Amino acid sequence: MNTETSKTLEKYAQEKYKYGFVTDIDSDRPQKGLNEDTIKFISKKKNEPEWMLSWRLNCYKKWLKMPNPNWANLNFPEIDYQDIYYYSAPKGFEKKPKDLSEVDPKLIETYNKLGIPLEEQKVLAGVAVDAVFDSVSVATTYKEELEKLGIVFCSISEAVQIHPELVKKYLGSVIPPGDHSFSALNSAVFTDGSFVYIPENVKCPIELSTYFRINAEETGQFERTLIIADKGSYVSYLEGCTAPQRDTNQLHAANVELIALEDAEIKYATIQNWYPGDENGKGGIYNFVTKRGLCNGKNSKISWTQVETGSAITWKYPSCILKGDNSIGEFYSVAITNNFQQADTGTKMTHIGKKTRSKIISKGISLGNSQNTYRGKVSILRKANKARNYTQCDSLLVGNKCGAHTIPYIDSKNNSAVVEHEASTSKINEEQLYYCRQRGLSHEEAVSLIVNGFCKQVLQELPMEFAVEAQKLVSISLEGSVG
Amino acid sequence: MIFLNINNLSVSIEGKKILNDFNLTINQGEIHAIMGPNGSGKSTLANVLAGNEDYEVDSGKIMYKDKDLLDLNIEERAQRGIFIAFQYPVEIPGVKITPFLQASINSKLKNENKPELDRLSFAKLLRKKAEDLGINSEMLKRSINTGFSGGEKKKYEILQMSVLNPEFTIFDETDSGLDVDALRIVTEGINNFKNNNNSFLIITHYQKLLNYINPDHVHIMRNGKIVKSGDISLAGEIEESGYQNF
Repeated sequence: MNTETSKTLEKYAQEKYKYGFVTDIDSDRPQKGLNEDTIKFISKKKNEPEWMLSWRLNCYKKWLKMPNPNWANLNFPEIDYQDIYYYSAPKGFEKKPKDLSEVDPKLIETYNKLGIPLEEQKVLAGVAVDAVFDSVSVATTYKEELEKLGIVFCSISEAVQIHPELVKKYLGSVIPPGDHSFSALNSAVFTDGSFVYIPENVKCPIELSTYFRINAEETGQFERTLIIADKGSYVSYLEGCTAPQRDTNQLHAANVELIALEDAEIKYATIQNWYPGDENGKGGIYNFVTKRGLCNGKNSKISWTQVETGSAITWKYPSCILKGDNSIGEFYSVAITNNFQQADTGTKMTHIGKKTRSKIISKGISLGNSQNTYRGKVSILRKANKARNYTQCDSLLVGNKCGAHTIPYIDSKNNSAVVEHEASTSKINEEQLYYCRQRGLSHEEAVSLIVNGFCKQVLQELPMEFAVEAQKLVSISLEGSVG
Repeated sequence: MIFLNINNLSVSIEGKKILNDFNLTINQGEIHAIMGPNGSGKSTLANVLAGNEDYEVDSGKIMYKDKDLLDLNIEERAQRGIFIAFQYPVEIPGVKITPFLQASINSKLKNENKPELDRLSFAKLLRKKAEDLGINSEMLKRSINTGFSGGEKKKYEILQMSVLNPEFTIFDETDSGLDVDALRIVTEGINNFKNNNNSFLIITHYQKLLNYINPDHVHIMRNGKIVKSGDISLAGEIEESGYQNF
């Protein structure tokens, strides 16, 4: 790499994570550590029915017996589960505020600063937002308009109260709590997240979105999201995440379950920008996320799109179980790691039904001293006649201290299935940079242009409202690498 | 004003001397051609004028529009009107020409303290220029140089030149590997574009291109310096008896 490139990358290093501020607010927390009392505390705070508490306790017992999964290409000290707060809510949040006048202005200001206005006059056009602050949902916009269509969009805590039958039926149905230790942990201590139900044949007219913010120190966030698209319905959902800049690591262990019934379609997009740690690898969020979608009916479709730029550690494999005949699963991913970030991310496509199809497009960009791994599994089960999969994994390396790894597993038990896999690894090309600069673009503009071009195939899958935001984020995330 | 004056320029790459006390003066509105065998230092000259950091300038001076060019980096030179039509234009997958060239022209306008072009007026300009050159509008929708044939890449270079309207264009063996049709587009592009303000340096191995363009001066280059200068008849001599006489 020539000196000019190193200089540019060093310049990026000077810039800082711009969502790293802390909101100064009194919060309500139980004692540190995890035991049955912690779970009872959370359940009581949320005024949960008995069945919910016993489900949680049951999951906790499972968790106690499970070791952390250790097969990922990640290196981090053991997590001390007794040194974490499992619940944190701004004081006075026993009940979700009925409207914004009951919400502490500091919270509203926080979301304004993050570019997510909650006040009615200022809400984002065409996007309904559920704002989750540490362990509680602060506000949900456009709620009444959606209710008129029969669409339920609320926090999961509210859903437990108002739609217990749906929660009972579907919670844990796609991700069994005993799947692995992080899913068991989340099931035991989950605090808030979103709940969506789209009734039969309803096409949700606006984007639904949840914005997760971690604020309190030494606190884990355990988000739980459940989306059900009934027959013939459609929904597009987006989640965004940020956290303050701190030099200790924080844990985020989320579970997201999607269920698409016959002819239904769910599009789920994530823009993950948790605090990634500083340029020396100090601090940052440990992001252990389980996301799984079930295509439970004929012709159903689930597509995951993710732009992963934050977190010190990302461990995440949004997956699809293609049970219904002709169902479709898609996974589009951009993962950027910089400085000392580590990402082990990918997807699992399980083909059960006939003529099921899946498509995987993964773009990994590594800078600085980071490690970026794509890990994927495509399974074609015995009865999945004429199932098809196409996988494309491309890695781009910027600098010479980072690593890119591609680990695809393919397991086919049906002779009529067609599985294709393409992979490439390249270094950012000095010739491309020279060409752009010869046309008058600065070094930074050139790097950002080339990387955005590399990610294009994925970014164009994002809802329009967020595509521009994501492009900017991609450019910002190129900060902090010293070539 | 001195438009371009290269004075006793010596350049090396990885310790090997490529240009050796090289001298050349180009005035505004002139077309100069440099011919020479492989390894004579022609492409090095183009790269040094562009500011490519892989080349080390050991001594000498380059004055361009009364400014010391060696004080400026690649993009600063480009913003001041230096354009290279590359021998092998590089592919940039996923990046379309419209935003790319818009950023490019705006970097220049910004440098000149002129208002930048918005998306709409730029798109109009680009379409008009493409039409003038007979370039299919389909081509404007593709990623830069990606999957293009050699000829298409060169046409794209000419299109970029005519949009950016540089004062000094360097053709780095643009004619190599061109079919008759592409050669025609390239030469027409140059001929339509040349005027009293714009100067050209055409680096080539063959005489063919020069027959269409009619340069004001032709130079023969060997071992890192110009060994003979003359008019177009010099190119004819090369065509007949090669470089061994120089």
